[in-house]
Amino acid sequence: MKRSLPLIFAFVVGIIVLISEFIPHRPFNQIVSTLENWFMIISGFAILLGQISLIRMNANKIANRLPDWQYHLAGLVSFALMLIFGLLWGMQETPGLMGDGQGISAYLGSKPFDYLFENAYMPLSATLFSLLAFFIASAAYRAFIIRGFESNLLMITAVIVIIGRTSIGTMLTGWLPESLSFWHIPNLADFIMEFPNSAAQRAILISAGLGIVGSSLRIILGIERSYLGGDK
Amino acid sequence: MKHGMVLVFLFTITILCANSFHATDSPWDDGKAIDLFWELSPMTRQVSIHRLNENGNPVEVHKSTLAEGSFTDYGLEANTHYQYRLTAYFADDNLTLMADSNTREQWFFLRKLGFLLLLLIVSCAIIYYIRAARNGNEFFIRRIAGLDSMEEAVGRATEKGRPILFVPGISDLDDIQTIASLTILSHLAERSAEYNTELIVPCRFSMVLSAAREVVKEAYIKVGRPDAYKADNIFYLTDDQFGFVAGIDGIMLREKPAANFFMGSFYAESLILAETGFATGAIQTAGTAQAHQLPFFVVSCDYTLIGEELFAASAYLSKDPQQLGSLKGHDFGKLMIIVLIVLGVILEILGISALKEFIAGAVS
Repeated sequence: MKRSLPLIFAFVVGIIVLISEFIPHRPFNQIVSTLENWFMIISGFAILLGQISLIRMNANKIANRLPDWQYHLAGLVSFALMLIFGLLWGMQETPGLMGDGQGISAYLGSKPFDYLFENAYMPLSATLFSLLAFFIASAAYRAFIIRGFESNLLMITAVIVIIGRTSIGTMLTGWLPESLSFWHIPNLADFIMEFPNSAAQRAILISAGLGIVGSSLRIILGIERSYLGGDK
Repeated sequence: MKHGMVLVFLFTITILCANSFHATDSPWDDGKAIDLFWELSPMTRQVSIHRLNENGNPVEVHKSTLAEGSFTDYGLEANTHYQYRLTAYFADDNLTLMADSNTREQWFFLRKLGFLLLLLIVSCAIIYYIRAARNGNEFFIRRIAGLDSMEEAVGRATEKGRPILFVPGISDLDDIQTIASLTILSHLAERSAEYNTELIVPCRFSMVLSAAREVVKEAYIKVGRPDAYKADNIFYLTDDQFGFVAGIDGIMLREKPAANFFMGSFYAESLILAETGFATGAIQTAGTAQAHQLPFFVVSCDYTLIGEELFAASAYLSKDPQQLGSLKGHDFGKLMIIVLIVLGVILEILGISALKEFIAGAVS
């Protein structure tokens, strides 16, 4: 029963959603939006589960003084601060339990929750995202090291696209006559991006689409059961 | 004077007779659109169409300079009556025309007929191969290096006495890539339970957390090691994209997992994760259907599951004949698409675009 009920549920819901994709008439269109709402409601309740997991995991590490427990303490303190500030004084236009906190808002320039969000969370998030630039450089360096025919081809293509996307590309081959405009580096870069690159990406997307169809069918028909935790 | 009045009269008649505006329910849809058509005098300079709401207040829905044209007003309520007002502006005059229609839900999206046929053909092929596998037919499935490496990765983690890190993507449970990643997690958890190697699974969403816990727990029970299951190793980090990445990077740098698995849906954070993992020297396997993130994983990971390989992983790892049969169905789908592409190119060269329009959903 523990297995068969979810399987029956997956089959029925899967078939309804599939049918509703092609039948726009009621009740199918309404059932799908209802199912989506159910998902949102269940997700909302599940947030509590996440918070409990977060607190328990961090508290255990702090209590047992495991290596680097200070980081976990910082995480818990940050979580508690945001929660308390949000509950007490709210955020943006929404008031908290103690109203809008006009006194503290006048001192900080905004509500405490918003102040921390803009001055701590946003810079931290932007910092992490900006690391991407350095990671791209290190990854590109490794990718472009010439080891064989394929990596050689990759490097040549990448150099054309990189130069073609900058003003240097225009400058280098800008003198070419109209009849040879295809060999103008920005045009070559556009060609690479528009044709070979798009073709490869579409091939991946088409095969992924087929994979999704197959995977969904296996789940709907109950052949694929690993996501339920087992085969039996 | 009399001659001039006749000319003005004739001009007015011409304008009135040549102008038409009508509204009809969009055919074969979900009843949330109305098609508007107008045919006005060539002297029209501008056309403005307003939808009149319940109170009779006009809301502009379209503006055009074309004397003859059409427009589809989307986002309407099904089975509702709508009124439209068209105002045509001429050099020194304007004309107002009214039209109305009811939206009606239909029983079939005709423009999706092409999709339906393709889906039916592929589904039938998959079911056919599954049945063939049930009847004992054996199919050749090509090797997928990224999945064969799972044993190697678990073995290495066991030898080093370090944990395995599995990231089930950054999407919620409503993404099929997350489901696919959980099926891989199930097989990985079995291996890690057999080898008694620690498995760490950080999750971005609570729904994924509860599903991942269930999957890992069942896998440990299946191999007879329920005592080795640690619920605290599968935990929630944060819903925030970069907060989640920072958390995983911290785990990689502190715990130094011997093997990292990044399976599921990834976006801008893919390279940050993969490069940090590379810096720690872990053996890395990634899999995603996000075409834009694949190059990052290919560069930084030892093995990458590309597109459909992620969805084929569970079938490949289970060695279950029925599931392997379904992979043959994928291959049939690929063959069909290759044939359709070649046929489409030939027909387009010949100037026949019926096939392209049919598949693109242009039939209405």
